[in-house]
Formats: sequence, C-alpha cells, structure tokens
Amino acid sequence: MEPPALSPQGVSDRTRRWRRVRRIAALPIAALALAGCKVPTFGAAPGATTSSQSVYHLWQGFSIGAVIVGGFTLILILWSAMAYRRKGEGIPKQSQYHIPLEMTYTIVPVLIVLGLFAATLVVENKEVALPKTDVTINVNAFQWGWKFTYPGHDVVVVGQTTQDPEMVMPVNENVHINLTSSDVIHGFYVHAFNFSRYALPGVLNQFTLRAVNTGTYNGQCTQLCGLYHSLMVFRVKVVSQSDYTAWLSSQANAANASAAEKATNQQTSSITPTKPAKSKGGY
Amino acid sequence: MRTEAKVLLSLGTSFGVMVVVYWNWGHENAGSVMMFSGMLLCFLPGSYFYWWSRRMKSRVEDDPQATQTQGAGIVGAFPGTSIWPFTMGMGAFFVVLALVFGIWLLVPGLGLMVWALFGGTAEGRRGGKH
Amino acid sequence: MTDVLDPPIIEEPSGHEEHLEEHLGPTGIVKWITTTDHKVIGLSYTVTAVIMMVIGGVFAEIIRAQLTSPNNTLVSLAQYNELFTMHGSTMIYLFIGPFAFGGLANIIVPIQIGAPDMAFPRLNALSYWLYLMGSITMLSGFFVAGGAANFGWVGYAPLSNSINSPGAGADLWIAGLLLTGFSAIFTGVNLVATIFYLRAPGMTMFRMPIFTWNMLVTAILILLAFPVLTAGLIMLYCDRHFGTHIYSVAGGGVPVLWQHVFWFWGHPEVYIIALPFFGVVTEILAVFSKKPVFGYKGMVFATMTIGALSLGVWAHHMFTTGVVLLPFFSIMSLLIAVPTGIKFFNWIGTMWRGEVWLSTAMLMSIGFLITFLLGGLTGIYLASPPLDFFTHDTYFVVAHFHSIVMALMLGAMAGLYYWGPKFTGYLLNEKYGKIQFWFLFIGTQVFTLPQYLLGLRGMPRRIGVYPLHPSWQYLNQISTVGAVLVGISTVVFIANVAVSWKKYPAGDNPWDGHTLEWFTTSPPPHHNFYRLPQIRSERPTWDYNHPGHRAAEHGHGHDADSHEEVPAP
Repeated sequence: MEPPALSPQGVSDRTRRWRRVRRIAALPIAALALAGCKVPTFGAAPGATTSSQSVYHLWQGFSIGAVIVGGFTLILILWSAMAYRRKGEGIPKQSQYHIPLEMTYTIVPVLIVLGLFAATLVVENKEVALPKTDVTINVNAFQWGWKFTYPGHDVVVVGQTTQDPEMVMPVNENVHINLTSSDVIHGFYVHAFNFSRYALPGVLNQFTLRAVNTGTYNGQCTQLCGLYHSLMVFRVKVVSQSDYTAWLSSQANAANASAAEKATNQQTSSITPTKPAKSKGGY
Repeated sequence: MRTEAKVLLSLGTSFGVMVVVYWNWGHENAGSVMMFSGMLLCFLPGSYFYWWSRRMKSRVEDDPQATQTQGAGIVGAFPGTSIWPFTMGMGAFFVVLALVFGIWLLVPGLGLMVWALFGGTAEGRRGGKH
Repeated sequence: MTDVLDPPIIEEPSGHEEHLEEHLGPTGIVKWITTTDHKVIGLSYTVTAVIMMVIGGVFAEIIRAQLTSPNNTLVSLAQYNELFTMHGSTMIYLFIGPFAFGGLANIIVPIQIGAPDMAFPRLNALSYWLYLMGSITMLSGFFVAGGAANFGWVGYAPLSNSINSPGAGADLWIAGLLLTGFSAIFTGVNLVATIFYLRAPGMTMFRMPIFTWNMLVTAILILLAFPVLTAGLIMLYCDRHFGTHIYSVAGGGVPVLWQHVFWFWGHPEVYIIALPFFGVVTEILAVFSKKPVFGYKGMVFATMTIGALSLGVWAHHMFTTGVVLLPFFSIMSLLIAVPTGIKFFNWIGTMWRGEVWLSTAMLMSIGFLITFLLGGLTGIYLASPPLDFFTHDTYFVVAHFHSIVMALMLGAMAGLYYWGPKFTGYLLNEKYGKIQFWFLFIGTQVFTLPQYLLGLRGMPRRIGVYPLHPSWQYLNQISTVGAVLVGISTVVFIANVAVSWKKYPAGDNPWDGHTLEWFTTSPPPHHNFYRLPQIRSERPTWDYNHPGHRAAEHGHGHDADSHEEVPAP
C-alpha cells in the first residue's frame, strides 16, 4: 500500500476529501432541521380517504429511501467522473474486485428491499380489505361514461364524457364498490383517493373506500378505451351521512316519477349520447 | 461446455422454483404454464449440453491455456453471398400480408418461401458461394 | 506468456483463390441483398433502426405539440390515439430492440469472441429482411382506411378486437409484429449458437467481454419471451377474424389473458432492450477509465439474476386489474433492484481511481448512469402495489419508463460513438458529439421531470386533451420544450454523421480498447481477423498492449509494474 499523498498544507488527501464530504452532507441535514422536521410531500398528497393517507405515508417513506440511496449513488457517480479525470498518461492501479465491498452492496439492498416489502404489505392489506358495510355502490364503466347504481335504493346516476356523472357517497362510512365494465377495460381513478382499479368486462372488482373529508373530487378513466377516452370523466361527491340519506330519497322520488316515461322509451342503452359515437375526424 | 450448460440449467432451475411457489400461492393458470414452459426451454438444451460436456474432449475455447495455433483449421461453414434469405423474407412478407389483404397472397408468399427452402437447402449441400 | 502473437488462423481450405473470388462477387444492390456478412447485416439493422427512431421521434414531437394546450386541435382524438400507439410501437418494436440485438450485437459479438461470423449467416440475413419488412408492414397502417393501429402499443383486449378496432391498420400491426418477432427469435438462436460454439482458443466463458455476456442472457430471454408474444398475437388475430373467443367474455374467454400473455413477453422485453446497453456502458466505462471492469464475476451473476427474475414479474404491469397475486409480483419486482444496484456499484467501482477520459462515448455513458438511476428508483415505487394503484396509467409511469428508455438511448449513442469507428473505419466529430450529448441529456431531464409531477397531480396517460385541468398546461409545455431539445440532439447527430463522413480515419484502436475487437483493423476484414493474440484474460488486447499492467486472473494488477508509469507525487 502506498502512503497517502500529502497536500502542501500537510493534510492528507483522504482527510481533505472526508472534510469535503462532511461539509456537503451538512446542507441537507440543516435544511431538514430548518424545515422544522416536517417530512416533505415529495409531490403526493394525503388525500381524502383512510387508505389514501396510509398510501401517502408509504409514498413518503419510499421517497426518503429513494433520496438517500439515489443521492448517495449520484454523488458517487459524479465524484468518480470528475475527481478522477485524467491528468497524465499514467495507468492507474488495475483493481478488479473487492469481495467484502461487493458482499456489502449485495446484502444491504436485499435488506432495504425486504423492509420496503414489509411496509408495502401493511398498507396493501388495508387497501384490499373488504369490511362488511351497508353502503354499496355499483360502478359500471362503458364507452365513454360511467353509471353509478345504488342497489336497494333503485337510484341510478349515469353520464357520458364531459357530462361527468357524480357519485355521491357518505363520509366516515365504509363504502363498498362493485366495479365492472360493459365493454372494454376502463380505469376507475380518483386522484384524491390515491387509488385506481380497472373495470374489467366479465369481472367484478370489489374494494372499499372510507372517506374522511367531505368535498367534490375529480375522477377520470385511466385505461385507454377508445376514441373518447380523454373525456371520460366523473366526480365523487362526499357528503355528510344525513345529506347522503336525503339525496338518496330525493333521487328515488325523481326516479319513480319518470319511471312511466322510461318504460315507454326503453332502449338497450338508457343514455342518449351527446356526441356521436366513434366518429372520425375531430371531436 | 460445462459453463454453457450451467448457465441454462441454473436459469431453468430458478424458473422451476418460481413456478412451484407461484402455482401453490396463486393458482393462476396462464402464468404457471408460461413459466413452466420457460423452465423446459432451458432444461432441454441445458441438459443436452451437460450430458455432452461430460463426454466430449475439451475444446480449445474452453482451455484457459490454449494458443491460437491450436485453433487452426476450418472453424465452420460460413456461406458467402446467398439470395435465399431475401427470398424467404419476401415470401414471409407476402404470407403475413395475406392475413390482412386476402388469402390469394398466400400463393406468392408460400411459393417464395418454399422456393427459398429448397434453394437454400440445395445451396447448403453444394457448399454455397464464398 | 511471452510471445503473444500467433500465426493466423486459416479457416478456408484455400487462401488466395478465395480473395480473388471475393472481388468477382456481386456488387451494388445485389451485393447488399445477398450478403450474409454479419457486419453488413448489423450495419443495415443499425441504419434501419435509426430511421425508425427518427420516425418514432416525429410522432413524439407531434404528441408533445398537441399537449401544449388543454384543448388543442392540432390533431383529432382519433389521430392522437394512432400517434401514441405508433410512437410506442415504433420505438419499442422497431427501434430499440433491433438496434441492440440486431445492430450492435450482430456486429460486435462475433468480433469480441474471435469468431469469423455468426454461426448461421444466412439465418442472420433472413432476420434482417424479416425486420425490414415487418417494420414496413406495421407502419403502412397509416396508409389504409381507418388509419394505423390505435389501441396503444400494448394492444389490450377487448379494445383490440374486431368490434372495437376494425380495420386493416390493426391487422397490419399484428402482421408486422409476427415478422419482427420471428426476426428476433432467429437472432436469439444465432447469438446463443455463436457464443457457445465459435469462441476463439483461450476465450473461455468467463473471459468473454461483459457486452457478450449480456447479449447471451438477452438472447436466451428472446427465446423465452418472443414465442409467447407471437402466440398471443396469433390468438388475437383468430379472435378478430376466425370467430374465436379467447379474449372476449361473450364466448367464455378472459380478456385479462391477453395481458398475462402480453406482459409475460413484455417484461423480459424491457430487459432485452436494457441488458445490451448495460453491456455497452460497462465496456465504455472500463476503457475510458483505463481500468478493468470492477467485479466482473459479480456483473455476470447480476445479469443472470436479472434474466431469471425478469420472467417472474410480469404482472406488476397488471396490479390494478385486481386479479393478480399482488405480494408475489411485488417482492419479485423489488428484488430485481438488487442485481441492478450491484451493477451500479460495479460501474462506479470501474471508474473509481481511474484515469477518466470524458470523450463523447464516456459522457453518454455517464448520462446513462444518471438517467437510469432516476428511472430505476421510480420503478421501485411502482413495484409496491399501493403506490402503483395511484400512479398506474398516469404520467408518473410515462415519466418512469421514458427515463429508462432515454437512458438506453444515451447508451445507444454511446455505442455508436464507441464502436462506430470500428465498423466504419472513421471517427465521429467529438465537438458535435458533446453538443449532441448536452442537448440529449438536458432535454431528457427537461421532458421527463415535469411528467413525474403531472402524474402525481392526476394526469392520466393516453389522453389528447385535458379540458378540465388547465393547470396542467405549464408542466406540459416545459415537457414539450424538453422533447424539442431531444429532437435537436438527433439533428446534431445526423449533422455529425454528415460532417464526419470518411474524414477522420480511426485506426485499429483509437480508444486503447481492452477487448478483442480492438485488436483487428477498422473496419475488420472479411471473416474479421488477420491475426489473433494470446487470450489469457477478459482483456486480450489490453494485455497485448500493456503487458506490465495485466490484471491477474484474480485480484489486483502486479504492483511492481503498475507503479512504474504513475507520475511521482
């Protein structure tokens, strides 16, 4: 082993490099401390349901790991590229391997991955759980709109493309969703719920949503389903439980009133498209 | 030939382990069948190479101390220019176009492919141009 | 160990007459149509693939132009669906894969192992013709009634059936993929046979260059995956035209089966396109740091682990279907991060304490490392189903895979700058190259980073307008600027090719390369080598040129020698 080179100040190169690393590392630590130790959002949001908040925390956890691992690796890449730029025509030491180092960077990532997996399982089990509940909404996706049926209450809300139908649901209650499609695959995606699920023809996908905040949230189809995929939007309106019951009964009354009308105008599809289906050349 | 065999056998074994876990855990047909087939695809040539490697003389490319003179001589058959790959390719082109534009395209398509098959085989037996 | 030059290998029974016959052979276009020389075929693949890249890039620029405002009418919704379908299809099926295994591997692998050609030269030529005609077939969808395929490059059933996607465009897409699929399979066969049977004396498996190892695993993945895609496509065609109900509910079929079959191919495919460029970058980092590859055996085992795991993760593209075994695919997908991480640290270790020469090829490789790091890390998020549920089919995923493929594009350019001189005989201009690099690297980050944010803010993918969310506009506009910068980098590249045309002769070994291809002339002669050196390590040319600095079979270089040329402090 050659003795470490000494700089003119008499401090070894290795010490100078370590001091430089410490100075650079001080910056993000200081920033975190100044921020009052609040964990950054990393671009996501807690959302409006119980599971969306768990997902959000999982996101933050993954992001902290990604920043640490990614930052460390990025620093090493940039360091190697810049600090070792060729100076003379010399040939450097031809190191080929270092078993302890290689073992370390094999085993540590495995441990990190197992940790990420464990955290994932906790949140995932919460998200796929199907607790018993009284509130059920059948969601039917079709080209190019959404139909929300409230079984047991004879209420149907339907809308196509930018008519954006509104799915009303109560706050602080487990809402069981039965999701399916009439034709091709669609994606039921609500940004504020940090959640999406495919609507598959011939398959009943079931999941539970428990909203914690009232409000109106945008939803959109995320799986390409044909010409008007870009316009297949809907909304979710979370209201208080009393408002929900009131809305249900008002919808049922209105439905009864127009039941006779519907019976005479029976079609295979109960919606009248506002735009021609599958037209070409501009929407 | 041992290393080559080990590459294929170890890949096949890993697929085997994966399919056992996957089938018992999820009981999903399509994925299990595909992974199982992948395992077979690795075991077939892998076991052939392994069996062969125990019986063959060591080859110069597996000998870490080999010299280039030891590899002198004919390495293989390398046909030079040949019209048959192009012919076969054009035939295949017409065959798939038959899927789109009509079955009549199978006539030139299969015709060219069969012509290339015979022509190329004959060329291979003749020794081809260099 | 002393005398490394051996007499030439004689592989034809007669030497002199064969040369004469060569000059009397076909010329011009007939020569090209009848060639079986892997170098000519590989060059044809490379040029065709770059043309496909430009075509796919034009589609991308139109897409990005359309997305600069929320209600743009630059293209109709129908045209937009065709555009992103054909952009993805062209780039993945017709550019990046064929460029890697048909272009670079075809030219370089035989030379790296000391072989005179590929094992099956006529099959190799057939691969190219199938690729060319398959590309033409797929792209000709634009010229038929109903336009090109418009159901996304993944062609999910039931959207891709005859009810939802009637028209010849979809059938031409299927037909084109059948041709390119067989092209790839034949190339896979050729690569495995060549690597197993045509290595030069002394070139044991564990002395092969890392690029060749990566191409071996890639070839095996091709053989495992492409037949599955071909079968799935045939089934789709039968559903469309022969009244079968494999993928449709009405006849008792299962639409999700298409996704299982497609992604069983689709995930190995993304490693088929990535592993070659991992190999390219490994070679370049070693040569331009004047050091051997760090952790050679670890690299080989990492590549094999990636290959093995890649067959067991396909359903991470299907987490939101609700019908797949989430924890299995999650843990398998997370585990793939481990061998990838090993590779990253080995790459860093290769550069560490080296003599780093920042040529264009090296800059592109470092750009690859940084960009792939970002893409790989965001992939880890997607391996977790809860995190995938809200990012799937949004621009977050689009940004993730564009980080990955743009890294591969940087690797592709690195490969062209590094090996271009070997197979053309001429260097590319380094100044233009560096300008190209900065446009490509910065353009990539500028177009992908806003897309991560857009996805997190809820913008779905595959939408041509976003009328309800005008706030997404400014991020889309920044992304478009980035796409334009990338387009400029391609123009710079083409300008470089024009400006450098036959201008800077390369010589045998312009980069002081380590592996066997740098021992022969640029371009190599017919059957590749006039003479071969002794092969005693994975760096035969380096050993020949720098006998005092060999890395031993195990461990570090000989200390006594390696100190001689280091300048005194």
